[in-house]
Amino acid sequence: MGDELSRESAAALLREMVLIRRFEEKSAELYTVGKIRGFLHLYIGEEAVAVGAMRALTADDNVVATYREHGQALARGMPAGAIMAEMYGKASGCSRGRGGSMHLFDVSRRFYGGHAIVGGGLPVAVGLALADLMQARGAITACFFGDGAVAEGEFHESLNLAALWRLPVLFLCENNLYAMGTALARHQAQPDIARKAEADGVPAAGVDGMDVLGVEAAVRLAAAAVRGGQGPRLLELRTYRFRAHSMYDPDLYRARDEIEQWKTRDPITRFVSLLQERLLLRPAELAAIESSVAAEVTAAVAEAEAGPWEPVEDLLKDVHTVPGPR
Amino acid sequence: MKKMTYREAARGALRDALRSDPRVFLMGEDVGRYGGAFAVSHGLLAEFGPERIRDTPLSENTFVGAGIGAALGGMRPIVEVMTVNFSLLALDQIVNNAATLRHMSGGQLSVPLVVRMATGGGRQLAAQHSHSLENWYAHIPGIKVVTPATPADARGLLLAALRDPDPVFVFEHAFLYPSEGDVDEASGPAEIGRALVRRPGRDLTVVTYGGCLPKALEAADALAVDGVDAEVIDLRTLRPLDTATILASVAKTHRALVVDEGWRTGSFAAEVTARIVEEGFYDLDGPVQRLCSAEVPLPYAKHMEDAALPQAATIAAAARAMLRRDG
Repeated sequence: MGDELSRESAAALLREMVLIRRFEEKSAELYTVGKIRGFLHLYIGEEAVAVGAMRALTADDNVVATYREHGQALARGMPAGAIMAEMYGKASGCSRGRGGSMHLFDVSRRFYGGHAIVGGGLPVAVGLALADLMQARGAITACFFGDGAVAEGEFHESLNLAALWRLPVLFLCENNLYAMGTALARHQAQPDIARKAEADGVPAAGVDGMDVLGVEAAVRLAAAAVRGGQGPRLLELRTYRFRAHSMYDPDLYRARDEIEQWKTRDPITRFVSLLQERLLLRPAELAAIESSVAAEVTAAVAEAEAGPWEPVEDLLKDVHTVPGPR
Repeated sequence: MKKMTYREAARGALRDALRSDPRVFLMGEDVGRYGGAFAVSHGLLAEFGPERIRDTPLSENTFVGAGIGAALGGMRPIVEVMTVNFSLLALDQIVNNAATLRHMSGGQLSVPLVVRMATGGGRQLAAQHSHSLENWYAHIPGIKVVTPATPADARGLLLAALRDPDPVFVFEHAFLYPSEGDVDEASGPAEIGRALVRRPGRDLTVVTYGGCLPKALEAADALAVDGVDAEVIDLRTLRPLDTATILASVAKTHRALVVDEGWRTGSFAAEVTARIVEEGFYDLDGPVQRLCSAEVPLPYAKHMEDAALPQAATIAAAARAMLRRDG
């Protein structure tokens, strides 16, 4: 894959990762001044996973994500302004301000959330894939979840059902090594996620989640098998979050050394080095990406600031499709 | 009109839905080869094949969640959960997804999902197969809860659930499956959210639903012998609740007895009572009364289970006591 990398697609991959990074840095800043409230889970460090994976999907595919989904939403092409407005709680947000950071939705891009119950998105992804199979739509469903979700019964139930019915689901386990504050080895007697998947009848492979090109290649390969009717696949994308679990988390459960060690594998600096080695990125181009991303983030904040609040009279709107008595 | 059982009426509705809409399919535990734990889906596999009559593993949370996903993806799934007790394993998907996705997505999604399950006691199945927990579901905004008590409603409310753009939960009282009644096989959907006066009367209103309806009607017949004219209301839908029909009846009879197979504490009967008191207090000649199941896990032994559940005799006795006291 790397050898075929064009200057244009290299720049596009890099720009998406930089956008996620800067967007989230800005989000953290806005959180500290109270513009964003609730829970805010940052993806910083994991950008290569969303960007690489999303590149390997088509617009017809479905995406189901977790509460740490700003990266997936941006990489799927959801406008930064609509996401920022959602975090502000504005009616111009992608979920009309009803969901916040954890519940981003965009049906036009087949982005089905934004699920904040760990493991809760997996059965929904299985069902979306079932609908696609029954309607012969030819699409696949990409389902992101974290390593914490493998402890849930829904993980095994969903893999089993998808394998049993040969459903077009691509399970993408973002293994950042911590279920909130509990290390994988402290909550799983069998910490090898690929082996768990194999036990449920789903072929699986591990991937370096800090390498955007490697992620893209692996997802393309797995997606092709799923699309080809071979049933579900699981990829374990080994990654790391550089920030705490959420803005509330004092991050007492990880060694500083461990975090610093992982930062040396930063997916953005690593990709920049690779591109520079291959003469695919000039310093001026990097600066241009940074400045265009900065402008996009600034515009997103301005859009969020200017967005309207939903009128309180609309509180009960859309509890049901057709309003009725309680 | 044709005489048929509640079970046959539900099956007829399933068959009609499967024939008329290619998006409809049924999935659940033993709905296919076994023919359904309560034989509701018997014969459907042969007619519609394994693509549309899907036997699932015993993974309630996941097959209910898959129903939600399939509904989002353009299908009209009907998910059968064997009993309400087993549905507790699917509460995460029901409460956190089915009920929330439309509102939480700012109106972008809708979940046209039908979930059917058997509820209630009276068959000596003890404390893990007999409870009436529909009240828990009725607590949740974003879903609708229907409780057909007659064969005609087993058909009509199921068809209505399928036509609804939002998740609808159908509670079929297991004791009712063999009960018989007249059903118009060409009839369409009933109206969700509409209670019915099953027996008009002047002296008191008995509000009930589901498996307690036949008992309430039997009680009303017994009361009539004593010269007491009871009106019996079948709620049919717990959410949204048809408060107007209840209040109109209470305005006429001035007395209300609410009969509910759930436990009394935090019961659906409590909700009905509260609405009568909030909106119809000055129509009342005496306190609203509730008759619910005894507050125990349902026992196996028949005499003990009978004593735990509302019965025609206890309903009639409660009504007589109200009339004695009030008047």
